Amino acid sequence: MLAAGKGPQRCKAEAAPGHNAMFTYAIRRLLQAIPLLLFISIILFTILHYMPGGPLAPYMNNPHITAADIARLKHNFGLDRPVPIQYLSWLGKYVTGDWGWSTMNSEPARQAIFERLPATLQLMGISYLVAITLGLVFGILAAVKPYSPIDYFVTTFAFFGFSMPVFWFALMLQMLFAVHGIHWQAFGYEVDYHFPSAEMTSTEGGGFWDRVQHLVLPVTTLSLLNLATWSRFTRASMQEVLHTEYMRTAAAKGLPFLQILLKHGLKNALMPVVTITALSLPGLFSGAIVTETIFAWPGMGRLFITALQQQDFSLLMAYLVLSAFLVILFNLLADLAYGWLDPRVRYD
Amino acid sequence: MALVSDALPQPATPAAADEYVYQRHQTWRKFKRHRLALAGAAVLILIAVGAIFAPWLSHFDPTASDPNWQGTPLAPGQFGHVLGTDELGRDLYTRLLYGGRISLTVATVAVVIEILIGTFIGALAGYYGGLVDGLLMRLTDTFLSIPLLPLLLVLTGIVAASSSKASLNFTSIVLIIGLLSWMSVARLVRAAFLSLREKEFTEAARAIGSGDARIVLRHLLPNAVAPITVQATLDVGNVILLESVLSFLGYGIQPPMASWGSMLANAQENVTIAPWAAIYPGLMIFITVLAVNYVGDGLRDALDPNVQ
Repeated sequence: MLAAGKGPQRCKAEAAPGHNAMFTYAIRRLLQAIPLLLFISIILFTILHYMPGGPLAPYMNNPHITAADIARLKHNFGLDRPVPIQYLSWLGKYVTGDWGWSTMNSEPARQAIFERLPATLQLMGISYLVAITLGLVFGILAAVKPYSPIDYFVTTFAFFGFSMPVFWFALMLQMLFAVHGIHWQAFGYEVDYHFPSAEMTSTEGGGFWDRVQHLVLPVTTLSLLNLATWSRFTRASMQEVLHTEYMRTAAAKGLPFLQILLKHGLKNALMPVVTITALSLPGLFSGAIVTETIFAWPGMGRLFITALQQQDFSLLMAYLVLSAFLVILFNLLADLAYGWLDPRVRYD
Repeated sequence: MALVSDALPQPATPAAADEYVYQRHQTWRKFKRHRLALAGAAVLILIAVGAIFAPWLSHFDPTASDPNWQGTPLAPGQFGHVLGTDELGRDLYTRLLYGGRISLTVATVAVVIEILIGTFIGALAGYYGGLVDGLLMRLTDTFLSIPLLPLLLVLTGIVAASSSKASLNFTSIVLIIGLLSWMSVARLVRAAFLSLREKEFTEAARAIGSGDARIVLRHLLPNAVAPITVQATLDVGNVILLESVLSFLGYGIQPPMASWGSMLANAQENVTIAPWAAIYPGLMIFITVLAVNYVGDGLRDALDPNVQ
């Protein structure tokens, strides 16, 4: 089940690895990530450099800024130097924490990003939790009762989920639950409720309950795709595990069904699921851009879209490199999680 | 004796041809059994026919506003607009037909590009192995580590800022998507080639003096066609989704051209006055991608020799 080519090797004959081996492995993978990140940043820097007007694009259309001003700015920012030199200078500053000046917000790019990061992490984190919880429940139920109605439901739901244009799903949620709202009358009670469809809190500011209500629609949107993928994956993985001999042994020992399923089965079935959840992270970034745009969520995704419209070079570069870094980091964490889930994994 | 010899297998060539026909028959038989895949294929044919014969299926001009339009979108049924009009008074049904042309063309061409690049890189890596493999797979990892949508947005943003010509924009979107989505095909072809190059028929081909190009093209590639076909089908769906997101955000297909995604670009502001203009284009994307995914699933089962 392991991805071909890289990652830890499973070796049945070997004893469990010490923490030392795992530590060495983690360090080596981190060191390998450095040239990868350098390469990515070179590609991104080159691409962004071809943006019409380059980093000074925001000033180009300003009638108050003359050609002489542009030339002076170019010289002051070092933009008249060769591109490789400019890259090295950017790199030196980036690693020391100077991510450049965000022209659209007139603040350091790092500050702009870290102001928005918590909102994105909150949205992504909660969606992730919702998707993994429901995905495991759906997947296990479908695997335990194959070809039952619940299995067909899960399979159909999965197909619908990964065929869904996320932005359209978000629009439909907004239309149904925010614009149209829920109108319901029964047993003498009357429900007339519209879900909030923009921002993290109401304008008057809100407590916990207000925040929860604002989360419902964006979280539903962002978790849909992953829920679909992961429930299908859990089903396949769990089905495989259910047919192993140690499951039969556990059953023969007379252990209760739930204990067998969750203690012996789930832990082993989780292996491939861990990989797929880590590999889903780039998709979560993409999903966050769409979700945040539609629900006016004040996070990094919407910041990125605005930066793109305003041609904010430093901010775009900082966002792209940071997201690539997070993707690589999570891939590493997934590889390390193997060792915890499967002691047969050997790090070498 | 004559009877026995009749029962013996035929000489090599006709038998191989029979075997080939038999396999194709088996594939079709297995595909037919997958009801949803069959339904998906029917839906796709219907949508493709609608896109190709658009001018014959509607007498409206997809880019012209209805003369009766007075600033508010016309509701379904008004003045002969079956599905109503968009916020500029253009017939929605007609625009869906023409939009399908753009969405399906982008997807098909981008996937062809993706397959060519992915197969080339995967074949090089899998066949030669060693350093070539190492370098090409690191390259694949690099592209897989950059979140795709932000990168696509930056690239199409650059194109949009450099030129406002819609046709140029169309071409560059196809190219950009194709150039950035070859990674899964490359990994797939590499994995197939790594095992195929160790097979006896490869060794036999090499022993009779076949060159690398001949071995790859005549012996290895035909055996990797099944997984490539499945991946290509599923990627058609992915590219339709990707293009629609780009166009929705305003960085994809530019007016006067319209794809299903770009038809939704203004849908959010008008959702209260023209919900139909928000519902139908998205529904088309959803149905098409769903059909593609079911066809892909059916193909996966049909082309898998382990499934009976």
